[in-house]
Amino acid sequence: MIRGYRPAPEGTHPPLDFEGYKSTRLRAPSQAPIVLRQRLTEVTGPLLTGDIGPSDHDLTTQHAGEPIGQRIVVAGRVLDDDGRPVPDTLVEVWQANAAGRYPHSRDNTPAPLDPNFTGGGRVLTDSLGNYSFTTIKPGAYPWGNHHNAWRPAHIHFSLFGRAFTQRLVTQMYFPDDPLFAQDPIFNSVPDEKARQRMVSTFDLEATQPAWALAFRFDIVLRGREQTPFEEPHE
Amino acid sequence: MNETPSQTVGPFLSIGLTWPQGYLVVDEDAPGAVVISGAVLDGAGEPVTDGVIETWQADPDGRFDHPDDPRGASGSGFGGFGRCATDTEGLFRIVTVKPGAIGDGQAPHIDVTVLARGLLDRLVTRIYFPDEVAANAADPLLSSLPAERAATLVAQAGDPGELTFDIRLQGADETVFLTV
Repeated sequence: MIRGYRPAPEGTHPPLDFEGYKSTRLRAPSQAPIVLRQRLTEVTGPLLTGDIGPSDHDLTTQHAGEPIGQRIVVAGRVLDDDGRPVPDTLVEVWQANAAGRYPHSRDNTPAPLDPNFTGGGRVLTDSLGNYSFTTIKPGAYPWGNHHNAWRPAHIHFSLFGRAFTQRLVTQMYFPDDPLFAQDPIFNSVPDEKARQRMVSTFDLEATQPAWALAFRFDIVLRGREQTPFEEPHE
Repeated sequence: MNETPSQTVGPFLSIGLTWPQGYLVVDEDAPGAVVISGAVLDGAGEPVTDGVIETWQADPDGRFDHPDDPRGASGSGFGGFGRCATDTEGLFRIVTVKPGAIGDGQAPHIDVTVLARGLLDRLVTRIYFPDEVAANAADPLLSSLPAERAATLVAQAGDPGELTFDIRLQGADETVFLTV
């Protein structure tokens, strides 16, 4: 018996052809996707556990010195949409430095690089689906999408869950960012409530006195269908 | 609870998603190793140089080392996962072994995720094998598609042990993409 994964409610995920985001124009497929019934390859997936380095969870300790910027802890749980924790799953993050600059050959933003900050990290969730990173708050940065376009500060998140169908790449934003209104990537999510699920919350209780502000970001992956289906196997 | 929405990986994905050995599902010198390479191209035929493709597949016996395989996890330690960023020419390269048939009527296949700047959600497609003519003809997905569309999902044979699979995001010969 195989139990598939439910599709998200309408309006949860962005359309591929979103006019406001210029880079979609030549990259969004013009034909509608074909619905593939979930079988074994789709309800299984990579269970990645290896190769986590000692500084991968703390982006402020990956170099000789400390990076410039506001030190923060980003923590939360990875759950499925039934509220069940997703344990032992890989969470990958990447982000700009405090000045809004990535150490990447294609980032020409006139903002300084930080020799003590690369901006990539990864952790595994624990048995209850909890994860935690220490980093610095990324800066907003300008981009060429439209006149005076600025990306709100964000951290990229990549998640696997336990099935190919659960793969998710998203971005975490910070509360009350005045740049939300003009950002087509944030606003590409049709449903307003869904959009708000990408915004972390400030967490005073988890804030570490005289050390780091804390932000909470729970990530919800697809949950399973209630009814399993039979598949013949030799 | 409700799902967290998808967002693009953006142009700087290599900072977070690049693994130096990610393209090796198996070692280059493993018995039966097959190289699957190709280009990711946009609607103007230009290479997508800021993308990553990920592959997921059964082992050569058609099994998964995963507890949700109803036949039981294979216990083989076969990872089955590959990841390769596209280079300055939009090219990717994965070293793997051909998956076996699962035994449910589907032809041997590899599931593929495409992520890139400009893709607000991932794209999903599949790689099928050119030497599986009969199995491909009976495959539920391939047989449901017009022949010219189905052909976009079948890799092309090259030198022994080498296959080509180009991914065209948009336009003429657009690759078939899937909703799972």
